[in-house]
Amino acid sequence: MGEAGPQVIVGLEVHCQLDTKSKLFCGCSTDYRNDGANTHVCPVCLGLPGSMPVLNKKAIEYAMRVAKALSCEVIHESEFSRKNYFYPDLDKAYQITQYDKPLAQGGHLEIDGDEGGARRIRITRIHVEEDPGRLVHMGNAERGRYSLVDYNRAGIPLIEIVSEPDMRSPKEARKFLNKLRATLEYLGVFDSEKEGSLRVDANISIAGSERVEVKNITSYKGVEKALTFEVTRQKNLLRRGQKVERETRHFLEARGITQSARSKEQEHDYRYFPEPDLRPLHVRSWVEGIVLPELPDARRERFMAQYGCSQSHARTLTGELRLANFYEKVVGPDPKGLCAPAATWIADTLTGELNYRDMSLDAVDAERFTALIRLIQDGTITDKSGVEVLRVMLDQRMKNEQDETPSRIVTRLNLAKTAGDTGELTAVISDVIAQNSKAVEDYRNGKNGALNFLVGQAMKKTRGRSDPGELNRMIIRMLGTREA
Amino acid sequence: MVLSEIRFEPDDRYNAFLTICRKAPCGTGPLAGVAVAVKDNISTKGIETTCASRILKGYVPPYDAHVVELLRQSGAAIAGKTNMDEFGMGTTTENSAFGPTLNPADTSRVPGGSSGGSAAAVAAGMVRMALGTDTGGSIRCPAAFCGIVGLKPTYGRVSRFGLIAYSNSLEQIGPMAKNVSDVSLLMQVIAGHDRRDTTSYNRPYRHTPDADIKGLKIGIPKEYFGAGVDKKVADVVQRALARLGELGATSVPCSIPSMEYALAAYYVTCTSEASSNLARFDGVRYGPAANTKKSWHDAYRDVRRAGFGTEVRRRIMLGTFALSSGYYGKFYAKAQVAKENVRKDFTRILADVDVIAGPTMPTIAFKLGEKSDPLSMYLADILTVPVNLAGIPAISVPCGKADGMPVGLQIMGRPFADERVVDVAYAYEQAVA
Amino acid sequence: MVTEKDVQHIAELADIGIDAGELGTFTAQFNAILDYFDVLDRVQGDGAGARDLINVMREDVVEPSLPQEDVLRNAPAQEGGFIRAPRVM
Repeated sequence: MGEAGPQVIVGLEVHCQLDTKSKLFCGCSTDYRNDGANTHVCPVCLGLPGSMPVLNKKAIEYAMRVAKALSCEVIHESEFSRKNYFYPDLDKAYQITQYDKPLAQGGHLEIDGDEGGARRIRITRIHVEEDPGRLVHMGNAERGRYSLVDYNRAGIPLIEIVSEPDMRSPKEARKFLNKLRATLEYLGVFDSEKEGSLRVDANISIAGSERVEVKNITSYKGVEKALTFEVTRQKNLLRRGQKVERETRHFLEARGITQSARSKEQEHDYRYFPEPDLRPLHVRSWVEGIVLPELPDARRERFMAQYGCSQSHARTLTGELRLANFYEKVVGPDPKGLCAPAATWIADTLTGELNYRDMSLDAVDAERFTALIRLIQDGTITDKSGVEVLRVMLDQRMKNEQDETPSRIVTRLNLAKTAGDTGELTAVISDVIAQNSKAVEDYRNGKNGALNFLVGQAMKKTRGRSDPGELNRMIIRMLGTREA
Repeated sequence: MVLSEIRFEPDDRYNAFLTICRKAPCGTGPLAGVAVAVKDNISTKGIETTCASRILKGYVPPYDAHVVELLRQSGAAIAGKTNMDEFGMGTTTENSAFGPTLNPADTSRVPGGSSGGSAAAVAAGMVRMALGTDTGGSIRCPAAFCGIVGLKPTYGRVSRFGLIAYSNSLEQIGPMAKNVSDVSLLMQVIAGHDRRDTTSYNRPYRHTPDADIKGLKIGIPKEYFGAGVDKKVADVVQRALARLGELGATSVPCSIPSMEYALAAYYVTCTSEASSNLARFDGVRYGPAANTKKSWHDAYRDVRRAGFGTEVRRRIMLGTFALSSGYYGKFYAKAQVAKENVRKDFTRILADVDVIAGPTMPTIAFKLGEKSDPLSMYLADILTVPVNLAGIPAISVPCGKADGMPVGLQIMGRPFADERVVDVAYAYEQAVA
Repeated sequence: MVTEKDVQHIAELADIGIDAGELGTFTAQFNAILDYFDVLDRVQGDGAGARDLINVMREDVVEPSLPQEDVLRNAPAQEGGFIRAPRVM
């Protein structure tokens, strides 16, 4: 559906934590998430007086991989700068970042446009910078408010990717972000499952009006939600004849709204100047030697060619590195026969079940999953039973209970498909016909939907153990009507 | 390995020390058992380090500066932490939050700054050697005013890891002692690469001073003997240069046009960098506590108001202004161009001569309280700051007296020719010994 | 030429805290110093210095961090391993 009215213009600034072992400017371990506050800190990342930064080579290598994958131009001489502002989580009172000499410029990322076809979103620049610490807000109005700071995160390497304002809808923004995330995962430089590893600032305007910056978006869904809210808010203002103010707003994920950040935040003058403790980088010559792995688009094409996946399935499966790897592990050495059902079951069913449980794909045993697919393939159980078995498997994993093999579950829950036309089935169908005379009449009057209804009723009675195709044929026969 | 300790109980009537280590551990090595004083902007693990500022009162670093590690490894006894101008900002050590240091040569006068405490400790014989730091003359000035020897090494020759930063692109830690041999010995201990300081070079210093300067060509810049230099000081230095001539050196006149703006470039650069370096002192992670009942900006402002002296606040504001939007190009960017021009001037001159020489300071030590106007105080650095801008080595060696007060002869050399600069000072010292 | 208002603004930008009583003196001294800095306007050149030290980096190797008590030791206020700071909201 074409976008009526004035154009929506969106640009994104995406910050991703690079997956190095040590921090950007010191040797502290980056694996801090399960440890106590202030246990991954040294004089450098704590910003103690007299400390000095030393650049982590791997962070630059990773950032250059990204630059190459996004077709950016690595500039001849890049350097680090200080961004000066005062905040308790910024222990040097400046962030070491890159300002007028970033690592790379130009470039693009292709996404699927809202109206079909490919859309090229241009990249303005890519640079590397350090993460500040983490603030926790404490207290209340009565006891008094204060803040607690944990510097474990201070100094974690970040890559910042800035897009041109080329996106035309919140949906396109989400697609861009997903594609970017997947690309970074494929490059081996980013782990999207690490909490807080991604932060997005969005710039959005309605053509002809002021630009609004939305900060503090920390999830992919959040980006679309925040921008959708903003588009509505801005359009409403304009409809009422009011102006959209140029401002910074914060996204409150829990409430799904953006709120003006018109706090006492002074207009920031960051007083950038080159970091005198770090030397310039001349790394353009490294680009040639960087060998890129298979990236999402190429993998999608290969899945379609090699495994016969549909475009839609291929897109879903290659949309996340873990998913793509899982699929290939499942179809494995003997893809024949498994490609199609595995694609459907992983892309359509498994992802949904995992999302619902907020579970990681890492928790799923590929071999067991393959065994489940085979049980469905060879007719041992119906699709519906397959879903039930899958749910049991996932729940057992999630609750850390004893894992059962799919066969074990089928046996225990008596889910094996009833084969052929047994007396039981005939009896069930007779009951269904007797109890649903309206549906029978509808069907006889030509409403085929009523047939599905009758099949469904029969499946309910057999607790999903019978094959719907078989039921369909039997009902038609017993009602004495020919199949169309 | 701690083999023993020394007892250090000096009579510090000059207020040279902020912290005295009465039982100082020491070991074996080239400086075994030697009492060395360390300026209080150099981090010492377990020993309070304040930069002579209230805002760091009580701060005990959990780590040693690289040079302190080297001192310990050399067997030296760290005798104590010396007084200085707050955060290195000053030329007289009067800007200390804990009282000025007095000049042992005349206690009504300043010892120079900012390493005034280290200079006085050495001059008074309390310690044999001391570490100072030099951003715009802060080793050489007190050396000249107190009548001792002080070396500012080539930029990058000594690690700055652990030096509480004032102006990162200009400063160096350097040795101070009563004679050139001891300065050279201490330089040997502290020079060399440190992988924790990415501006440090792999150029260790292994040298015994050599008094042979036959054939040496010395450039004499006219700007070092111009209007701003006290005539009596200039005369003493001229006599010293004549002495060098007797030892076989030749003097060649030269000119450094960029001296015209060197001081401005220096003050823009150091105040800008300082405004950034000093912003971290917020009373949260160290130093006197921030009031956590107030809001962040209010508490932060209060800490800085109470903790920083007037000169520090003044320089922070100057630096903030110089870096601010709309002024960066006029000030900081221009200062970097100026800095490069100064470096080019010295490179050009030092292609034709071996060293450049002149007075270290334009006057003898001021009386305490004499310099109250900031700008006139800054102007006293005019002969020392070009060296920091150029990044070259320079030494001050005592060369006589004017009005009863010591005068320093300054020898400047090519980058990484610290050895040569030491030799020239040594030659002079031996000749007049 | 900077006015007292300009100096006030800089003091706010720097969160440096100057008193009303100091404002007049600071402004006068500022102006003298800034006048002196005007000489930089005459500086010509491209500032392109020697690039002798470039690409100075370290390998991605983990090194020991400070023990938590060392991190907290100098902090005036702490809570449960966190460092306490004034409220930012």
